[in-house]
This record gives sequence, C-alpha cells and structure tokens, in this order.
Amino acid sequence: MARKNSGKGAGAPQVTTVVVMRLYIAGSAPNSVKAIANLQAICDQHLKNSYRLELIDVCEYPQRALADGVLVTPSLTKVSPGRTANIIGNLSDTGSVMAALGLHTRAAE
Amino acid sequence: MGGPGTGKTVFALQALVNAARDRKQPGIFVAFEEHPEQIFENAATFDWRLPALAKDGIFFLNAQLSPTVVQSGDFDLGGMLAILEAKKLKLGARWIVFDGIDVLLALLPGPGSAMREVYRLRDWLAHNDLTAIITTKIDGGESAAANYGFMQFMVDCVIRFDRRLEQAISVRRLEITKYRGSDFAAGEFPLGFGPTGMVVAAPEAVQDHDDASTERVSTGFAELDSMLGGGLLRGSSTLITGAPGTSKTTLAGKFAEAACQRGERTLYVSFDEGGDRIRRNLKSVGIQLDAHVKSKLLRFYSGRTDQVNPEEHLTRIAVLLREHQPRCIVVDPLSAIAKTGALSSARAVCNRLIYKLRDLNATAVITALVDGDDPQAESTALQISTIADSWIHLSYLVHGGERNRALTIVKSRGTQHSNQVRELMLSATGPALADVYSAGGEVLMGTLRWEKEAEESARRLKRHAEYSKKHRELEFAEAAIAARIAALQLDLERQRAELALYTRDGAARQTSSGERKQELRRLRRVDTASVMTSMPAKRHAGRGSPRARKNGNGGREPRRGA
Repeated sequence: MARKNSGKGAGAPQVTTVVVMRLYIAGSAPNSVKAIANLQAICDQHLKNSYRLELIDVCEYPQRALADGVLVTPSLTKVSPGRTANIIGNLSDTGSVMAALGLHTRAAE
Repeated sequence: MGGPGTGKTVFALQALVNAARDRKQPGIFVAFEEHPEQIFENAATFDWRLPALAKDGIFFLNAQLSPTVVQSGDFDLGGMLAILEAKKLKLGARWIVFDGIDVLLALLPGPGSAMREVYRLRDWLAHNDLTAIITTKIDGGESAAANYGFMQFMVDCVIRFDRRLEQAISVRRLEITKYRGSDFAAGEFPLGFGPTGMVVAAPEAVQDHDDASTERVSTGFAELDSMLGGGLLRGSSTLITGAPGTSKTTLAGKFAEAACQRGERTLYVSFDEGGDRIRRNLKSVGIQLDAHVKSKLLRFYSGRTDQVNPEEHLTRIAVLLREHQPRCIVVDPLSAIAKTGALSSARAVCNRLIYKLRDLNATAVITALVDGDDPQAESTALQISTIADSWIHLSYLVHGGERNRALTIVKSRGTQHSNQVRELMLSATGPALADVYSAGGEVLMGTLRWEKEAEESARRLKRHAEYSKKHRELEFAEAAIAARIAALQLDLERQRAELALYTRDGAARQTSSGERKQELRRLRRVDTASVMTSMPAKRHAGRGSPRARKNGNGGREPRRGA
C-alpha cells in the first residue's frame, strides 16, 4: 500500500489545520522524482509537520489511480482543507503549487 | 487528424465498435475531450448499441482534465499508461483509441515534452502489442499540422479528415496521407454518415461476377423489350433522359411494376417527391404499385435534395440496399442530386451508386432530367450516360401544333437494339409505344400520324377499288375477245361447211354435164369420125384428147395404130 508520511520536524504553532494530500507518481520517472523533491521542499518550508501526504505509485496501484480519476503523473491532489484541488506536473512552479494548496494566505497570516 | 466536426471521433469509435462487435476484440477508448456519457449519446443515432458494448467490449476512460487543475511544471503519461496497461491486461484489449490527445499534449510545457510523451506512447503501444488510433485536432490546414509533424513521423498511418463547404453543402472528406507498408489509395475520399456510422466512399475494385448475365429483364413494355432485343440485361443500368414531362417516371414506374409482378424485390428511390404521390400519379396511367408496397415487395425511399449532401443519400440508399436486397432498382430522378453541392461530388456519387448497383447485380433504371431536347445535354451534366449500359432518351416532337412524346434508344450495350424512334402514348389503361409514321424522311406523330395513316388507308382503299375495277374491265375485255373468237370460230366452221358443200356440188355438176353429153351423143348416135372432121372434135383427135382416150372409143384405136 501507499507509503504514508506524517509530518516531520518540530510543530509549527501558527498552523493548526492539517493539510491532507495525495501525490500520484509513476515509479522512478524523472518527473515523479522531481515532484517528490519539490513537494518535500514546499512542505518542509511552509507546512512543517501539519500535513499528511499519501504517496501512490500508479504503476503499482493502477486501480487506485483509476478510481481517483488520476491519469497523468506526477499529479498532486489536495483532499482537505477546503475544496479539492488538483495540480499536475513536477511541482517546479512553487508559486502555483502554494496557491493551489491555499498556502499563500496562510503564510500571510 | 482533422478539424472540428470532421468525423475523427466517429471514425475512431467505429473502428473499436467493429473490432469488438464483429471480431470480439475488446478495446479501450480514452476520451480527452468528452465525457463517455456524451459519447454514448452522440453515438445513439448509429446502430452500434454502444452502452451494451461498453459493458464487456469497450472500456471507456474519462480522461478529461478538470478545468480547475493547476499545472505546475512538466509531467508525463507514465501514470496513465500504467493504468491503461492494467486495464488492457484485464480486458485482453487489442485496440486503443486516444481521442483528442492534443488536449493533453497542449498542457505540456514545450514541444520537447510533447515529443517525448508521444515517443513514450509509441513505445508503450509496441510493448503492449496494441493497435492504436490517436485523434488530434488541426485547425487551418497545413501550418497547424506542422506542430504535430513529429507525430506524423512516428505513426504508421496518418488519416487526415477535412470538412468544407461546397456551394453551401458541407462535404466531409478523408485522405490517407501515409500508411507504411501498404499500397494505399491516394487522394481524398468523401465521407458520409448513415445509420451504421461513417461510410467512406472508397473506390472499390471492379467485382467480376462469375459470368455476366445474358438474362433479359422486361421493361414492362413488350414493344420496348423488342426494341431492346428482348429486354434489359440483368444487372445492367439503364438511363432514361428527357425534358420535364416526357414520361420518364412513367417508364420507370412501369419497370418497377413489371419487376414486382415477376416477384422480384424492388427499391424505388425518388427525389423531391414522396412515394405516395408517385404512386398516385402512376395510377392515372394504369400503373398499380400500392399492392406491391403492401406486400413489402416494393420499397420507396424519398429523399429531399435541398441542403443535403449527395453523399448522405448514397449512404442511406446503401443501407436500404442491404436491408431490402432488391433485384430491381429505380432512381428517379438521379439528376436531382446535382442540384445541391458541387457538381463534381454529385458526379462521383452517381458513379458510385451505379457501380454499387452493378456489383449487386441489380437491374437499375435511372432517370435524369435534361434541359431541352438535346440528349447530349446529359453528357455535360452528370455524365451518367457514359457508365450506364443503356440509354433511352425521351423527347417532345413539336409538329403541326402538337407535342408528342418520342422514345429513342441512344445506346444499349450488348444488345441489338432498334434505331427507330417510337411514339409513347399515355392512357388510363397504361402507356404504350406506337410505331411512328415516317413519310418522306419525316417522322409523324400524334394526330398527324393518325391523319397520315387515315389518308394512307383511304388511298389504299381507292387503289384497291381501282385495281378491282381495272381487273374487271380486263376480264370483260378478255371475255369479249373470247366471245368474238367463239363467234368467228362458228363463222369459220360455217364457211368451211359451205365450202365443202359448194365443192361437192360443183363436181357433181361437172360429172353430170359430161355424162349428159355422152348420153346425148349416144342418144343422137353421132358418128364419131364425122364429128371429128366436121366439128371441133378434129382438134381433139390431133392432140389426143384424154377424155376421148378415156372414154375408149374402140373404133378409133385400131385405126391409129395401123
């Protein structure tokens, strides 16, 4: 089953809501590897340990991806809080990823 | 590839349907542009029963990207292909369609990524032994197609779809621009949509039937059959041309009626006029088709030619041909097809229709309207006359204040046909052909023919009367001469009798006079000698009168001798 990463590092007092995300990757494809690294960086910088990330390798679990309606990889789904958001790509554009995850407003608080 | 509304999706889907339905080869349809539900709805007009097929034959993957998706950086199709591979293994799929892949490729950050993903796709397909149909949109022709140039190099076959307006009629075409390892037909071919889906007007190889039929099929007119050397050849196509009102439909209707009476399934294709109206009109000239329609022997297809692509008609007719399996077909008038759209495509449709009928070995009668009385006008319009086997032209001959219908056989392949112009006459009991009267190199019809015939028969009567009169006169003269001969004969016999009588009489008189003289002499006791000297008897003695000798006067004889 998918690897589950709980947040690491010390608790960030100003962030109370836990962000739930799923990252769909295709094995060790370059874009997937990049996406993991990019997401890790964003999470480390902005979310500290207040997030839960589910990493799904569609090569291993295609049925799961199909059920979730995920086709291209890498693909990040923000499950909560708020509306579901989908981001495709290797997440190299940090700004748009932050916006999709609703982190800008949070960061501004 | 092709622009919007050119039939890419239908083409791809139809390929899957055919594979799943006819060859039991499952397939996968990846829809980037439409929701599968939408596709089902759109395909409901075809006879594919897509929802049923979707249960076990075709898997539909909704690959639309949500409009809320945010794109951040490069991505690839690896995940999707992994999903599809799993699905393929489960289904045993042999076919896969990527419909509108350009939607996805457009999201990739650059042409380099797009190319990379296309190559990934190709490798994946080869690895999975799948036959794929990938559709992509192109707008505005070649320049846009150049963006997908690398795709054209990658794939084995490229089919370009095109739709354009030809005289306000939308015409779809398909062109195979590339097909590796195949001797494909070059050029653009028209497409049509019918109940069975897309139909491509591909050129078909001429189908050689085992033997060209020599069977004759009646046209419904004994007279016309005999003009055609016994009727139309089975499987041949006959063109009837003529100006409006020259009874093209009547001839066609008669053919249909005759076919039904023989018990042959018949299809009557009419343009711009409904079947019920045609039947009603034909009834007025004694052609009854209603019963045959009821018995399902005869089927009517009535098409409206305004604003309908000729290709569509052909598709619908093809469906009817398959359903009804007719042996005889009437198309009336085929020329109506040329009214809309480009003439060149109408010509192509007509040609293909005729070839199709020929391949089915169906006997066809096709009518075509021509302007004016010149049959040559047809050859410039639809050019059916060149491929039709027989060509009958109907015309009006105006003479003596009348219009009369004339029928000419312009050509009839494989037939010793009459070259005589005939008059076509219509009446409530049915149409009929009359021998035309030709006099002095002029063809006479209608009342002129009637007059001429009446005149001729009067003259014949008169000639006959004259002849018998003369005959009688001659007989009389002969009899008179014979009578005269008989009279003369009698006369002659009378003459002869008279002569005979006269001759006998004369002889008798001579004898009696001689004897009388002798008698007289004897009675007078005349001395022969004295008589001799004193009377002319002296001369008798000197000359030796035979009579004296004959009479034998014994007294003189011895004296002379002494």
